[in-house]
Amino acid sequence: MDFGPHLMLALIEGAVLSAVLALTAAGLSLVFGVMRVVNVAHGEFYMLGAVAAWFVAAAVGGAGPAAFLAALALAPLAVCALAAAADLAVLRRIAHDPERTIVATIGLLYILQQATLMGFGPDARPVAPPFNARIAIPWPVWEEGGLALTWPWGLSVTTYKLFVIAAAAAVLAGLWLMLTRTRAGLVMRATQWDRETATAFGIPVERVYALTFGLGAGLAALAGVLVVPIQQAHYLMGGDALLLSFIVVIIGGLGSLPGTLVAALLIGMSEGIVSVFFSPTLAKILATLLVALVLVFRPQGLFGAAGR
Amino acid sequence: MLRLEAVDAGYGPVRVLRSVSFDVAAGEVHCLLGRNGAGKTTALRAIMGLLPLASGRIRFGGAEIGRLPPHRVPRLGIGYVPQGRRLFAELTVAQNLEIGRMARGAPARAVAAALDLFPRLADRLGQRAGTLSGGEQQMLAMARALCLEPRLLLLDEPTEGLQPSMIRAIRDAVAELKARGVGVLLVEQRIDAVLALADRATFLENGRCLGTLTAAELQAAPDLLRQRLGV
Ligand SMILES: Nc1ncnc2c1ncn2[C@@H]1O[C@H](COP(=O)(O)OP(=O)(O)O)[C@@H](O)[C@H]1O
Ligand SMILES: [Mg+2]
Repeated sequence: MDFGPHLMLALIEGAVLSAVLALTAAGLSLVFGVMRVVNVAHGEFYMLGAVAAWFVAAAVGGAGPAAFLAALALAPLAVCALAAAADLAVLRRIAHDPERTIVATIGLLYILQQATLMGFGPDARPVAPPFNARIAIPWPVWEEGGLALTWPWGLSVTTYKLFVIAAAAAVLAGLWLMLTRTRAGLVMRATQWDRETATAFGIPVERVYALTFGLGAGLAALAGVLVVPIQQAHYLMGGDALLLSFIVVIIGGLGSLPGTLVAALLIGMSEGIVSVFFSPTLAKILATLLVALVLVFRPQGLFGAAGR
Repeated sequence: MLRLEAVDAGYGPVRVLRSVSFDVAAGEVHCLLGRNGAGKTTALRAIMGLLPLASGRIRFGGAEIGRLPPHRVPRLGIGYVPQGRRLFAELTVAQNLEIGRMARGAPARAVAAALDLFPRLADRLGQRAGTLSGGEQQMLAMARALCLEPRLLLLDEPTEGLQPSMIRAIRDAVAELKARGVGVLLVEQRIDAVLALADRATFLENGRCLGTLTAAELQAAPDLLRQRLGV
């Protein structure tokens, strides 16, 4: 394949990666933004989304799209409820103290991971995509007489990958509208700005925290569900997701949704391109280098405020 | 309407308020006076439920509110204007007012009524609260609390750091609220700042109540008070 089509292929892979990463990191960023706590168990909610998707799909059964669609609807909700319950049962008791929350969510990480190992097993398991047609992508070339379209062999994308990109974009747009245009978003932003004054205006801060924690976990879980048909579900898959989410929010600026989106595109695209042309290891090295540069020269992240 | 009975409260093991008792009647402007660090802000926070009571009781309209979950207190009709304003600086003027309105599910005309009292804010609804001038921020802090249509308003040093014209605007607003039958608990450090408005005043020193005087008693002995209490 020529360079052009090859690059196109890399960009598509990068876009899929960016989409999944943006959803996962947006959850982490939201929880930090509103609650000022770092959720170390965030990757496990991503993993639980994938695992729950397998269970739901297995329960529904059949080869059609129904199994996956049921998983897409139910798995994030279930994970959201579980996370909200964990917040009320554990994090509320330690008053969402930032340091104790780190320790508590490390504990949660191990509990969720080991429980999954016991209930789901050590094997990776797939869920069939609801649709997976291959679409060939045309490539323009100059010939005498003008522009002509060719169909390079191997340049194609599956409808499912396009769906992942579209679904992530739609959910992130919805999240943005929710935060900026709705009452719930107003309440979350007021809580984020000044918890005590929010309380003095009738906002049940503990409940807002539980819902925010659930929403953040639900976003990660949704990313997990979207990824199962491509990558399979495995009980250790949360580790990479957590690491990449941290890389994204450090570069984008913790708590900044636009920053998260831009950083996810940056990391996802460069990972796609570098992995296709060179090696996945080099992609990881470059991402790490980028984080180091951001930490040294702009510790608040590209889009983060320089502290209040 | 509001009654504190032997309230003890503080921060962790540090007891700040010791057996504080006073009451605010409906439509009364009641001043809470005392030096810096006397416990005035702590008393207001205790009323709002933002601070756990070690002992004692707080009643509002006959009901015990001292041990309610804190977010339920404003829903009973208590508006709070904290010291230092504490606006939601990233949100717009309109959004700050909306949070006040939602606190108790007040109708939309509550916002219009609050803006009538502070017309300067009506021109700045889309502006971020953090970009307002100091006087406008204080007006917004008051308007935000008024949007929940309070029966009682707690005001913590509303004239702190303001220029005279702004102080007058705030005072006029307090007088207007009193005329509408809203109870006001007004915290100030200096007695002369409130002499003209107050129906009664309670003095705090080191977290203890020194007693309550009526307006007539205040008028009779302002110099004496200033000497004795340094307020
Ligand atoms: N968050 C806090 N933690 C511990 N002590 C506090 C806190 N806030 C105030 N205090 C103490 O409580 C006392 C009363 O403070 P405050 O109620 O703010 O006084 P005032 O409003 O009358 O100036 C002071 O001694 C102050 O140091
Ligand atoms: Mg004070």
